[in-house]
Amino acid sequence: MLQLFRKERMWRPHFLKARYDVVIIGAGVHGLAAAYYLGKRGVTNVAVLDKGYLGSGNSGRNTAIIRANYRTPEGIPFYHESVRLYEGLSQDLGYNVLFSQQGHLTLAHTDSAVDGLRVRAEANALLGVDSRLIGPDEIKRLVPAIDISTSAHQPIRAALYHPPGGIIRHDAVVWGYARGADRLGIEIHPHTEVQGIQTENGQVTAVQTNRGQIKTGTVLNVTSGWCSTIARMVGVNLPIVSHPLQACVTEPLKPFLDKVIVSSNLHVYVNQTDRGELVLGAEIDPYSSYSSASTLPTLEMIAAHTLELFPALVEVRVLRQWAGVCDMTPDYSPIMGEVPEVRGFLVDVGWGTYGFKAGPVSGKTMAELIATGRTPDLIKPFALSRFYEDRLVGEKAAAAVSH
Amino acid sequence: MSFLLCCPNCGERSVYEFRFGGEVRQRPTEEASLREWADYLYARKNEAGVQKEWWYHHLGCRTWFFAVRDTTTNTVLKTFGADK
Repeated sequence: MLQLFRKERMWRPHFLKARYDVVIIGAGVHGLAAAYYLGKRGVTNVAVLDKGYLGSGNSGRNTAIIRANYRTPEGIPFYHESVRLYEGLSQDLGYNVLFSQQGHLTLAHTDSAVDGLRVRAEANALLGVDSRLIGPDEIKRLVPAIDISTSAHQPIRAALYHPPGGIIRHDAVVWGYARGADRLGIEIHPHTEVQGIQTENGQVTAVQTNRGQIKTGTVLNVTSGWCSTIARMVGVNLPIVSHPLQACVTEPLKPFLDKVIVSSNLHVYVNQTDRGELVLGAEIDPYSSYSSASTLPTLEMIAAHTLELFPALVEVRVLRQWAGVCDMTPDYSPIMGEVPEVRGFLVDVGWGTYGFKAGPVSGKTMAELIATGRTPDLIKPFALSRFYEDRLVGEKAAAAVSH
Repeated sequence: MSFLLCCPNCGERSVYEFRFGGEVRQRPTEEASLREWADYLYARKNEAGVQKEWWYHHLGCRTWFFAVRDTTTNTVLKTFGADK
């Protein structure tokens, strides 16, 4: 009985050691998942560093949507595996991550968008992902509050319905992985900023932080929007541009929406959380920036487009608006694996607007690469070398981007 | 953060009138290797700080010009025509 009242630390503070086998830069979902799966493989002399607090970057700023209905033969199996890992995550971690597989609808308002969804439905079916094209009547049945009238500014023609998609408690995922990694003996160091990375003869040897130097032969860069700044410490210019992505949340409403609604034509996505708040997301800002300040024009755009879908929300007030800095790649696919010029320097970056939903599978595959030295088949297409071999993976079903 | 940009022709306008053209890069010479061309196409400094970049006044005079901007604060230090 006393156990119930015992204070339990989620993760413990540590003094920085002089040497680690692996240093992971970035304590978001990707970094902590990589640490957790490394620990599961018996690699435990690992430090996870973050310049802020845990999940202070995009892991705490995303709209927590999980889905696998992508378009490319490289992307679909990868995100499908991530959804499978998310399905078992609460059990695996012994920590409830509140995954609600409520279903996910991608709306199309134009003929070309309908064609795009049809391609995705076919590719999904072929690769075992549950998604299908549905018409306005079925959309209305699933989402009674939505406006399917043909007099709308951009009438809804069809939707890609993806039943296993849904939303999750994103902070719980971060905390769950941190707790799991800590219990496996991995050290988590928040407020530890990396200031430089030393190399000798093209091999990583040490990381300089504001708390002192750490010797290590393996560094994993998982710093999303800031990944270019870390990569330049070893002289590598990544094919990445950082753009802010904004989102906002409304005051709580009675439950009226139990599906995730995405419209790429209107550049908006909407879901209702368990607390009743509506989470609304936009497309990326049209210029590069590291500023996470939010803007009025984006808020106006989110509000206008949300009202086109749900006119009844006109009186609803917005509580908060925020931005995360996204690491956009030219082909909307991530960059994962080794960097050929610098031995011991690995990247798991370029997560743009689709990073959170890939957290578990990225962590697991990067951990396999670090532990065994072999790149798992699932992430081979996402190597940095694709930009030099003309093998780009154009993921046109990525969120929050204009095509 | 939203901000104003001073077009060399039209003066100070909302950033939403403009198209962002990315950081200014050095175009390789004709003798450059494929690797150098791929770097030119894709690799970016993606500076967290002051960078020189291209902008296009899409909803105005429709000309390209340069801006020097701090990407961490969106402070525009100066703008000038592409011929300067």
